[in-house]
Amino acid sequence: MIELQQVSKTYLIGETPLRALREVDLVAQEGEYISVMGPSGSGKSTLLNMIGLLDRPDSGSYLLDGSHTERLPEEQRARLRGEQIGFIFQSFHLVNRLTTLENVELPMMLAGVSVRERRTAAQEVLAQVGLEAWSGHHPNQLSGGQLQRVAIARAIVMKPRILLADEPTGNLDQASGREIIAVLENLNAEGITLLVVTHDLNLGQRARRQIHMVDGRIETDISAEAGAGAKYVPG
Amino acid sequence: MYLADQIRFNWQIFVRHRIRTGLLLLAVGLGVASVILLTSLGEGARRYVNQEFSALGNQLLIILPGRKETTGGSPPIYGTAPRDLTLEDAQALARIPSINAVAPVIAGTTSIAVDSLSREAIVLGSTPAIFQVRQLEVSQGKILPDRTRSEAMAVCVLGAKLKRELFGHDRAIGEWVRAGGRRLRVVGVLVERGESLGMDLSDMIIVPVRTAEQMFNTPGLFRVLIELAGNADLPRTEKRIKEIIRERHEGDEDITLISQDAMLASFDNILSTLTLAIAAIAAISLLVAGILIMNLSLISVSQRRREIGLLKAIGASSAQVRQLFLGESLMLVSLGSLAGIIFAWSVVLVIGRIWPVFPMAPPWWSMPAAVGTALLAGLVFSWMPARRAAALDPVLALRGQAGQG
Repeated sequence: MIELQQVSKTYLIGETPLRALREVDLVAQEGEYISVMGPSGSGKSTLLNMIGLLDRPDSGSYLLDGSHTERLPEEQRARLRGEQIGFIFQSFHLVNRLTTLENVELPMMLAGVSVRERRTAAQEVLAQVGLEAWSGHHPNQLSGGQLQRVAIARAIVMKPRILLADEPTGNLDQASGREIIAVLENLNAEGITLLVVTHDLNLGQRARRQIHMVDGRIETDISAEAGAGAKYVPG
Repeated sequence: MYLADQIRFNWQIFVRHRIRTGLLLLAVGLGVASVILLTSLGEGARRYVNQEFSALGNQLLIILPGRKETTGGSPPIYGTAPRDLTLEDAQALARIPSINAVAPVIAGTTSIAVDSLSREAIVLGSTPAIFQVRQLEVSQGKILPDRTRSEAMAVCVLGAKLKRELFGHDRAIGEWVRAGGRRLRVVGVLVERGESLGMDLSDMIIVPVRTAEQMFNTPGLFRVLIELAGNADLPRTEKRIKEIIRERHEGDEDITLISQDAMLASFDNILSTLTLAIAAIAAISLLVAGILIMNLSLISVSQRRREIGLLKAIGASSAQVRQLFLGESLMLVSLGSLAGIIFAWSVVLVIGRIWPVFPMAPPWWSMPAAVGTALLAGLVFSWMPARRAAALDPVLALRGQAGQG
């Protein structure tokens, strides 16, 4: 479903160009569990943003379900983002003035779903991440692990097929991190395609497919049968 | 995205940033209120003048002695005449069929005394016709007797205030007053009435025109007030009046005719233009409010960088982000306008209570114009911040870094 062909992206950091992606080829099937690892500046976040349609390639193609996305107008890319892709960020990015429930409803509100429908859907996914009792709270009343679970609820409320997580445990303590990973892997087990970008080797090695990036290139791409069932020890 | 959702979303922002919202509401509200209030003042002045003119009676024509050769300038209220306009002239004019009544007027001031009480007052020398032309009525006694049309008589009618000051609550009818060395018997007291064209009629004494002639030792009339018949043709009547005066003044047409309509029209014109000018000046405050909106919106965009990035990541298009920010401004301006309208109306109502003579009211166009200008300023000045928000690169915005445009 995800197919990158010879994708390149260069950023200008001040005067000096930074080649974040160099002719990257990547094919991912529905329901895969992929981790992307690599040092800082190796291009792993750029890869994630590219797949998440937040960024456009300078050259090369990105096919989602067999159709080209790189030349789609911004409106359609935004709609695809809303419907097909869920994002999870290291720093949660919840809107502080909104309640938990309203934060989860946000993508549906933007998509123009009616109040009653999205309330039901939001409560459902909040129950799924174990936070149904917290729907009226504001983000500043929740712990880090809870915040990330709200963020996950928000990412899956539109029932996307791809879940992109950028260092999802980066701001969490061990116990919360473990919880979050369990939630994400459960979602993957139910069929969602999960792509996790991380520094954390322990987390990265849990994925069935592990990609290492160096200098904007995919260095290794290993499909392992490890991971599932092994105990996660954040490091 | 539903409108209701957008309104709720923006409302939550307003609640969150109460001080910022309050300041903006204040700025917009004051701008709108000042436009409405200032135009209300202008419109009030216009209505005041209209009201004063209609108090003069409907079809009024004023003849002044002397001719004003130039057009424009101030109305020739105090023209100097080469030849006097006399009571006989006025009587000749009364024979024109399209004229209902002719009231010659001699005016002057003298001291009026009752026993040891004495007061300066304006003396209006005229005939019974003045009561018809100026729509005056007596509350006690009678108006001037018919004989005073052409004869001097030692009688007078007092204004209500003058009567109060000279006689208090005592009966005035039948009593004598001394005016300019003459003794006059009071035959009537005028009904209490407000000012009329700046003349406080309640502070006057009306005497027969011949008596006034003797009192001030002048055969010349100050002016002649003419009430036209209901179906009178104004230009033709004016022409007739000029013809008669020319005959009587050896070929000189040395009078100035002012029709009430002409005077009213020029006042109306001046005051309407003035009101528009005032409105334009007041609109500047809305411009200032607009610039304030722009500044605060720009700050808001940079503060909400991450949120904007997030919205884009979860499916908001650039158009939606722009719409959110523009909508925020429009909502703010609408609320501010509403507050301004409510405030302006309360001020207008309060002023109407304490100063009922002045018919202060916003002209019909001032509210739509004020709100329209406010909305336009809101839109124009939030366009740039909204565009900046819409153009934010979500990737950089999410990291909280500067966007690349």
